[in-house]
Amino acid sequence: MQNILKKLIVLVVILFLWQLLSSSIHTIIPSPIEVFTALYNLSVQGDIFIHIFASLKRVVVGFLIATFLGVGLALITGYYKKIDVFLKPLVEFLRPIPPIAWIPIAILIFGLGDMSAYFIVFIGAFFPIFTNSFFGVSSLPVIYENIAHSFEIKNFIFVKDILFKFSLPYIFTGLKIGIGMAWMSVIAAELIGAQSGLGYFIQLNRLLLRTDNVIAGMILIGFIGYMLSLLLLTVEKIIIPWSIKK
Amino acid sequence: MLELKNISHYYRNQSRNTEISVFENFNLLIGEGEIVSLVGKSGCGKTTLVNIIAGYTEPTSGSVFMNGEKVVAPGKDRIVINQIHDLFDWMTVYQNMRLVSNDDNDINKYLSMTRLSEFADAYPYELSGGMKKRLSLARALVVDPKFIIMDEPFNSLDYQLREKFQEELLDIVRKSKKTILFVTHDIEEAVFLSDKVIILSGRPTQIKKEIVISFSKNKVDSIRDTEDFIFLKKKIKEEM
Ligand SMILES: Nc1ncnc2c1ncn2[C@@H]1O[C@H](COP(=O)(O)OP(=O)(O)OP(=O)(O)O)[C@@H](O)[C@H]1O
Ligand SMILES: [Mg+2]
Repeated sequence: MQNILKKLIVLVVILFLWQLLSSSIHTIIPSPIEVFTALYNLSVQGDIFIHIFASLKRVVVGFLIATFLGVGLALITGYYKKIDVFLKPLVEFLRPIPPIAWIPIAILIFGLGDMSAYFIVFIGAFFPIFTNSFFGVSSLPVIYENIAHSFEIKNFIFVKDILFKFSLPYIFTGLKIGIGMAWMSVIAAELIGAQSGLGYFIQLNRLLLRTDNVIAGMILIGFIGYMLSLLLLTVEKIIIPWSIKK
Repeated sequence: MLELKNISHYYRNQSRNTEISVFENFNLLIGEGEIVSLVGKSGCGKTTLVNIIAGYTEPTSGSVFMNGEKVVAPGKDRIVINQIHDLFDWMTVYQNMRLVSNDDNDINKYLSMTRLSEFADAYPYELSGGMKKRLSLARALVVDPKFIIMDEPFNSLDYQLREKFQEELLDIVRKSKKTILFVTHDIEEAVFLSDKVIILSGRPTQIKKEIVISFSKNKVDSIRDTEDFIFLKKKIKEEM
């Protein structure tokens, strides 16, 4: 109860400040009422759902590819420790390049549209997923390797049931950061190189000078991003029952 | 059946550029079916020796032989119950067993022998310290190794639990008729559990003395209070 009350107070304060701000510079900032009206109208009219779906599809595809490649590569590197030597510098070199900086090259290669967006989302999500998974894989205690050798456990089973399962909590840390990065990346990609999606939607409405729609779009972006994180958190709790204790 | 021949082992400290010699031409022979205790002070090299026998650590020089065959890698014929936690935390008790055995009958048999049947679906974090050790033991027994090495399995237990588990262990081990190397720094434990106590000391570590425990065949809890038992304990303490 206490908590809900606190959240409610925060919300009221934000709305109040927002109203205050919009009253002073109304040409730029629409009032909360106007934005919520815009949100209502958009959902009644329905086009917004096409944009939401477009963005979600890109995030899901790019994120899944990043997950398979990021986790897979981490497992391979953890298993064949020798690869580490040349893979690590490559990753450390590519990692600081922000996803947005890849947009021009993505458009050149893939053109405007889904393929570019998948690629940008992939870039955004891959690095946190790979680095966290890799950290997990490389922190497998020696004792587990020893036990696996003693019991003559097959390599495939070792990777699947020991290396992978041990790393799952780390992998999920990567996935949780990765999904946030993926969502931010898709919006950025759509701002520049797409004809649909929430990023495209707010960019278009900026040109149309519909700031109420721009802010409505931003609210949707924040809300959906939050939901994506919650979804992963729920999946994590279902998949990793043994880490409840830790 | 297990033979250590001229084992020497050094640990090198890279940063200080020093070297400590834990073993120098160390020899040991353990016969089939024997229950042998290895006692020695903390840091004398017991775990190092266990790792060498298991095949986890390659000795600086010398070799280990199992039934005359040189040991080159870890294997199912020698299973270690480690001093540190060695269960897979993300697997239930049953899954920990299933990883190493496909035979549900065997799995059930050893879970019930170690009184863990009711906990088959529990995760390791839901088990007590003693139960975890029993699971390690069940997991070792289920692959039917010739040789089981236990590195201070009772360390995490309080005194009363220790005595109780010692009896349980003895019972299980007798039923399974395995060769056992039991590592401990607890003299009473060593005398109670084994047919032979090997005392380690010195630096580099050597066998100081081997003591045969004559009353080993009829062990019950009450022998702890007999004169023979107390005498042996005292004798070993003096040797260390
Ligand atoms: N990985 C290692 N690197 C360097 N030195 C080591 C390493 N492992 C053990 N040592 C050293 O070797 C010696 C023997 O260690 P070991 O763990 O075998 O002793 P222990 O008899 O099992 O002791 P405890 O009864 O406390 O378990 C110690 O002096 C320790 O400092
Ligand atoms: Mg030790």
